Amino acid sequence: MYNSALLQVVLFIIILIILALPLGEYMAKVFTGQQVWLSFLIRPVEKFLYRIFGVDETKETDWKSYTFSLIVFNAVGIVVLFILQLIQHILPLNPQGLSSVRWDTALNTAVSFVANTNWQAYGGESTMSYLTQMLGMTAQNFVSSAVGIAVAVTFIRGFVRKSVKEIGNFWVDLTRSIIYLLLPLSIVFSLFLVSQGVIQNFNPYTKAQTIQGQEQVIAQGPVASQEAIKILGTNGGGFFNANSSHPYENPKPITDYFEILGFLVISAALPFTFGAMLNNRKQGWAIFISMLTLYLIGLSVALWSEYHGNPILGLDNMEGKEVRFGILNSVVFGHSTTSTSCGAVNAMHDSFMPLTAMILMFNMMIGEVVFGGVGVGLVGMLIYAILTMFLIGLMIGRTPEIFGKKLEPFEMIMAVLVLILPSIIQLVFGALASSTTLGLSSLNNAGPHGLSEILYAFASGAGNNGSAFAGLNANTPFYNLTLAVAMLVGRFATIIPSLTIAGSLAQKKSTPEISRFPTSGPLFIISIVAVVVVVGALTFFPVLVIGPILEHLEIFTYGN
Amino acid sequence: MCLPLQGKENFMKEIIKSIKIYLIFTVLLGLVYPLIIAAIAQITMPYQANGSLIIKDGRVIGSELIGQKFDKPEYFNSRPSAVNYNAAGSGASNYGPMNEKLIEQVNSYKKNNKKITADMVMASASGLDPHISIENAMLQLPRVARQRNLPESKVKELVNENTDPDFVGIWGKAGVNVLKLNLTLDSL
Repeated sequence: MYNSALLQVVLFIIILIILALPLGEYMAKVFTGQQVWLSFLIRPVEKFLYRIFGVDETKETDWKSYTFSLIVFNAVGIVVLFILQLIQHILPLNPQGLSSVRWDTALNTAVSFVANTNWQAYGGESTMSYLTQMLGMTAQNFVSSAVGIAVAVTFIRGFVRKSVKEIGNFWVDLTRSIIYLLLPLSIVFSLFLVSQGVIQNFNPYTKAQTIQGQEQVIAQGPVASQEAIKILGTNGGGFFNANSSHPYENPKPITDYFEILGFLVISAALPFTFGAMLNNRKQGWAIFISMLTLYLIGLSVALWSEYHGNPILGLDNMEGKEVRFGILNSVVFGHSTTSTSCGAVNAMHDSFMPLTAMILMFNMMIGEVVFGGVGVGLVGMLIYAILTMFLIGLMIGRTPEIFGKKLEPFEMIMAVLVLILPSIIQLVFGALASSTTLGLSSLNNAGPHGLSEILYAFASGAGNNGSAFAGLNANTPFYNLTLAVAMLVGRFATIIPSLTIAGSLAQKKSTPEISRFPTSGPLFIISIVAVVVVVGALTFFPVLVIGPILEHLEIFTYGN
Repeated sequence: MCLPLQGKENFMKEIIKSIKIYLIFTVLLGLVYPLIIAAIAQITMPYQANGSLIIKDGRVIGSELIGQKFDKPEYFNSRPSAVNYNAAGSGASNYGPMNEKLIEQVNSYKKNNKKITADMVMASASGLDPHISIENAMLQLPRVARQRNLPESKVKELVNENTDPDFVGIWGKAGVNVLKLNLTLDSL
């Protein structure tokens, strides 16, 4: 069993690298305005869009204007998505006659999809009309991931540019992410998904008479078009309640394989984009290898834990898993979806063994930097790189600098904000939920597992992941509102300080190369991996001990 | 925060621009894109796009991808489902590994059956799992063969025919499609 698992994982990683390398180079070209092989087709569309948008593509702005455009654009998104859900019952494409969404659920969902979290307090097929799924969810899946990529590209420019105020044009970065990257990939991917059995129709739900003579109503809808961008944009919000475990979202082992590759590939490509734009490809590899190392460490622990099965029952742990995915692919999917900020699930995380679940939680708690969400994952990792170089600077007694830019108090304050604000919000809300009836009455499991349900929810919200310990009934005003706040903080406390860092770095001169500490060697990789693990452990170890670790001990001493 | 743009006029202009761009993208990505995919899918792959439905005598009896409830002894039984195979409301039990209800459920099943597999007693993630494991099918095989007066070798052949493969031999798991298998049994 271990050997075949090893073979699968190694093959998987090799294929991931083969896909990510050229994609990274492609993105570097797109975002520096160079010709790519799709330009002949897309460039005219791009020009046409700028004309109707009223955008001058040659005009770049400083970080303040960039951030301002980004925030206004996201605010518009929240408002539109909120209203759309409230009035869906009077709009077309609602064959099931689904009613208006309750206000707190609608607000939570609007924030959730704009923040690229896709936390879902609702069950898709029983709550959202086809029109809401398309205009709301599908469209927002595109733009929220495009915003993430725009932020990453801008952050990279902060290192690349010297002595300038301008860091880019938000509208240009947004448009290019969508039409050169996300849309073409989604078209190909959604057609592939349909060919394997993912549905794409506007039929009313099908009534079937089963062989044993019962009636079965089968939900339908435009699933493939949403599934494709849900995966590629690391969004993760399922069309159906059961998300990617639903046979209409993920019907076969082959779709499972490509879905996991799909939500890793852009995030895994961005370090290579970084290397290419910095004109230092070794640096891109160093970041990639750091991420890969963290990924493999977590995966080994999670697999080891899940392969032990459930000792109380003396059986493999197949609760909440589909036969076609089995133990291995459920764990690889779960680990990958929490390492990135995807949050799609093909197995129920609530039913994983406690140490498996702990790894998934830890992935989100460290801010999803192991590949991470499209764009923001790379930014998160580079923030850890800044912290690492600061610590190294202190140790060797030199002014800290990174990739040729001096690090000063301003950058360090902003970097620390990115790291601690989401952590604070999860711990505070987690404490609130586990000490009030409002929070506790939603639990599905008792004891330490119940605490894990709460912790997971806020880690998922603040980490902008969106997967859940779905036993927790989060569709209450208390959880809808606290999680909405957690998602907003998680998203914008990463994006805004990152853009200020980019703005500040872009204005600096470059330090001469000979005086630099090497940031592409093994020493750097080991340091950054250690910093990520230590910062995460220092913040969350106590609470993990009384959650998943205690549960693990209880299980292995059960009945004694 | 100090406003990066000078004056109220620029401020309003930026907001209007945002709304305009948002709406254009919403129409392009939320309407045009799904409709184009639907059109291509409906023309080139109508069977898959409409849910891989199985139709017998003009009536829909289910989908080959969606599990349905089988608990009669003459059929291969499907897995437990937390939503009772409600395909308009998918979902799981979300029991943790030491949830009392889960332990009770498994133990009571163990009392009546000597040999069991995990997927026989544990609910799936979607509640609509169309498969059972091959080991599970092999344990049920003698019962089904007896009920239907068929030689076990014949039933075993049908099980193999209705097993959906994994991906290139290493990814995912082969599983026995319960609905397709039971349909084949009924058609004998």
